Amino acid sequence: MAETNKTDKTSIQAKVLEVIRPYVKDETVLSSLTGQTDIIKDLKINSARFVDILLDIEDAFEIAIDDSSAAKIITVEDAINVISDKLALKNEGAK
Amino acid sequence: MNSPKLLSDSQLKTILEVIPQTFPFRFIDELLELDEHHAKGVYRFKNDEYFYQGHFKNNPITPGVILTETMAQIGLISLGIYLESLKTSLEEVKKKAILFTRAEVEFVKVVLPGDRVIVEGKLIHFRLGNIKSNVEMRNENGELLCSGILTGQCVKA
Repeated sequence: MAETNKTDKTSIQAKVLEVIRPYVKDETVLSSLTGQTDIIKDLKINSARFVDILLDIEDAFEIAIDDSSAAKIITVEDAINVISDKLALKNEGAK
Repeated sequence: MNSPKLLSDSQLKTILEVIPQTFPFRFIDELLELDEHHAKGVYRFKNDEYFYQGHFKNNPITPGVILTETMAQIGLISLGIYLESLKTSLEEVKKKAILFTRAEVEFVKVVLPGDRVIVEGKLIHFRLGNIKSNVEMRNENGELLCSGILTGQCVKA
């Protein structure tokens, strides 16, 4: 677990994109995805599927996202920030 | 996590009363067991259920969508109502509804008028008002009738 000292947000974003991809019905919106992209509104994902994405993110990054952190996730950038915070916490705990 | 405690008969009755579906779209007679991880209940399909008039004429067979709904009411909705009530209260839950968002089901045996079915749902997750469970329906001999993975979302009614 020592390899991710400084978490790289670009690589987190790439991984998040892979998690989200199967849930997006319109592939073209993915190509214009930025940090400001609203996961539910812009990607047209229903709120129930959002929970599936959240669980997939937890698996992909091996982190636990509590409900209050999850509530902060609106845009892709919000997701990246929460993930990098949780990864930092995890790495601290591993030392 | 505390070890799950099965609800008492009076607690089961209370949950049963909060389940919003009513005749002719209620497919739950009784809850047998309920805790934080599973729900079990029964329903007997009446001989005069409205859908037997057309499914099929002179050859009544319980429709798959009705079996799915029955699995959802017993194995998903009751569990969701209970879990949501633990987070808030039963009074708060009454202001909400759990809507079906996804189902992947398989039908094994036909269910006929008069059949009594036992449904058991096992929790997969309950996150942010989203509930997912693994549900099985069996007959009184314990034979599998249908099964599936069902998902619902708790929303303000």
